Amino acid sequence: MISLYAGIGAFWQSLKEAFVVDLPIGEGFTAVVDFMQTHFDLFFTAIADAISFVADNLTAFFNYLPPQLVFGVLAVLALWRVGWQFALFVLLGLYVVMGMDLWPESMDTLGLVIAATLAALGVGLPLGVAMAKSDLLAALVRPVLDFMQTLPAFVYLIPAVIFFGTGRVPGTIATVIFSMPPAVRMMNLGIRQVPAENVEAGRAFGCNPLQLLFKVELPLALPSIMAGINQTIMLALSMVVIASMIGAGGLGDPVLAGIQQLRLGTGFEGGLGVVILAIILDRLTQSFAQRSRHRTGIGTRIKQLFARGEGVRAD
Amino acid sequence: MSIKLSVEHVYKVFGAHPKRALERIQKGQTKDEIFAATGMTVGVSDASFDVAEGEIFVVMGLSGSGKSTLVRMLNRLIEPTAGSIRIDGQDITRMTRKQLIALRRREISMVFQSFALMPHQNVLENTAFGLAVAGVGREQREEKALAALDAVGLKPNAHSFPDELSGGMKQRVGLARALAVDPGILLMDEAFSALDPLIRTEMQDELLRLQSEHARTVVFITHDLDEAMRVGDRIAIMQGGTVVQVGTPEEIVREPANEYVRSFFRGVDVSHVFTAADVARRDQVTVMERPGVSLRAALERLRGHDGSAAVVHDRGGKYQGVVSIDSLIACIDGLGRRDEGRIEDAFIREVEPVSVDTPLTELMTQVAHSPCPVPVVDAHGRYKGTISRATLLHTLDRTDKGAA
Repeated sequence: MISLYAGIGAFWQSLKEAFVVDLPIGEGFTAVVDFMQTHFDLFFTAIADAISFVADNLTAFFNYLPPQLVFGVLAVLALWRVGWQFALFVLLGLYVVMGMDLWPESMDTLGLVIAATLAALGVGLPLGVAMAKSDLLAALVRPVLDFMQTLPAFVYLIPAVIFFGTGRVPGTIATVIFSMPPAVRMMNLGIRQVPAENVEAGRAFGCNPLQLLFKVELPLALPSIMAGINQTIMLALSMVVIASMIGAGGLGDPVLAGIQQLRLGTGFEGGLGVVILAIILDRLTQSFAQRSRHRTGIGTRIKQLFARGEGVRAD
Repeated sequence: MSIKLSVEHVYKVFGAHPKRALERIQKGQTKDEIFAATGMTVGVSDASFDVAEGEIFVVMGLSGSGKSTLVRMLNRLIEPTAGSIRIDGQDITRMTRKQLIALRRREISMVFQSFALMPHQNVLENTAFGLAVAGVGREQREEKALAALDAVGLKPNAHSFPDELSGGMKQRVGLARALAVDPGILLMDEAFSALDPLIRTEMQDELLRLQSEHARTVVFITHDLDEAMRVGDRIAIMQGGTVVQVGTPEEIVREPANEYVRSFFRGVDVSHVFTAADVARRDQVTVMERPGVSLRAALERLRGHDGSAAVVHDRGGKYQGVVSIDSLIACIDGLGRRDEGRIEDAFIREVEPVSVDTPLTELMTQVAHSPCPVPVVDAHGRYKGTISRATLLHTLDRTDKGAA
């Protein structure tokens, strides 16, 4: 009996040796990164320069703005797009951020999120259109998007540091990679879901491919596209916090400090700042996702506000 | 009438190797055999017909009969596999992309079953869609769009959005959008099928009214026989991808090409298709020429023929009146022995002749209440025949029986 067990064990061992090999995937990845670092140095430098130009200027711009102006602009946007309750929340939220002494960090984060979102949309939206037009491209791109979304963020923070050093640039790039997929997916989906008869109508009335895209497909896919943009912004915000680990700065810093030094209060304050920023950005971008054709002018809204003293219907 | 649109031997095969399927069709294989052997679907097979300038040409068939595919080939939303489609003599199947786009912008427009309006544009912008695509300036296109909206009675709604309109109104916008570009040919793909029956009738009337103001060449797709009969100048009936019969509504009702066509009439009211001329018969009553017919002679002849009524006309065939045995006897009784009497006095007053083009629907009451068969006269007052209750019932019944 025992010898039978031993026999099976030996057989299993030999089976393992015969079939299971060590795949040097990790080594391969390192080699690729090394190769790219030595041979595409100029390319990465160019990207880094472009990104740092946009990101640095945007963060500097938001920090330069007087807080009163930021309060004002965001509150008016909130009143116009959502309603007076939300405008009140915006004012209150920004007041809390200010009170926690996290204003510069918040503006840094805002600048990074916007820079990353712009880059992600700049690549993602056209890619989404191309995917909608070509089934082959869609089949090729889909697994790449899965990869980008599910690979733990820390894993590509490392090569980002190798290529671009620490600071805002690798942080922004990691954020772009992480936040792009929803914009691509929702653009692709939105265009594919445009009713066939609307597309036929466009073609029947003599649209060329470009007119079809801009006069029929994009407008009809708009709610879906805006939902994708909203998701991109939200993901960018969450990634910007993680990117503070490689020195991107912003609201991630107090969070990181809270973790590293077990300073519960500091961490919580940073987290709260992120949440407030997230809610503001989310509601504002979502309000653009809904079709708003009977848009009430801001003047009317304010009048309604004071005339009836009650909420104005959100679009 | 000149030929506006000419479709010749047009085929459409959906699948990877349409040419191979075509070869099988030439060998006489059926649609089902080809699908079983190759997995390819024959959408339209050897369709040929001409559409005259200014007529409403209806293509009717059940779903899957290929009528939607056929209409989409007329503006090449679907590419024909073989055959030629000529508009004003020009073969559109040979056109380049650029020519095709130009054709769609100025010559041919389309109305869709689900309306296919752009939800982000208001009614005016939707109506001006074709003009905007063609690059017409804002002022000019809004002017034309407003005129088109006016034609369908929607001018007051120019600044509404599609989701604020009812189904019938939406399709009026769809119609206005198609009319705004002033097309030579209007394609209507089940345009009224998504509407409520009442609204549908209203839209059919609207189409006929527009057509009476400005006769366009219309290709109208429908699965509804009543609709086809109402709007169609001519009807093509499609079955399994082939055109099985082309003709006027009357021709198709009178002589259905096959059992499939006949089956359309099952339970369908055909009374508005037939006119008095279609059912009038000359063998039902005795006919007499007025000169030389005395009352007593007329009575003798009627009794001899075992008939109950007789039509009297003059030498030129012009209708004069109807007499019956009863009316003759009543008249003779009132006469002296020597008196010959005049046949006019025996005419049954309540029998009015009907004109040859009176639809059957309008005849029914009159025939039902008439004491004798109702005489039919043509435009010149000439006697053409009579319609009895029995004939009428037989006509209505025949079409039902024929379908069963």
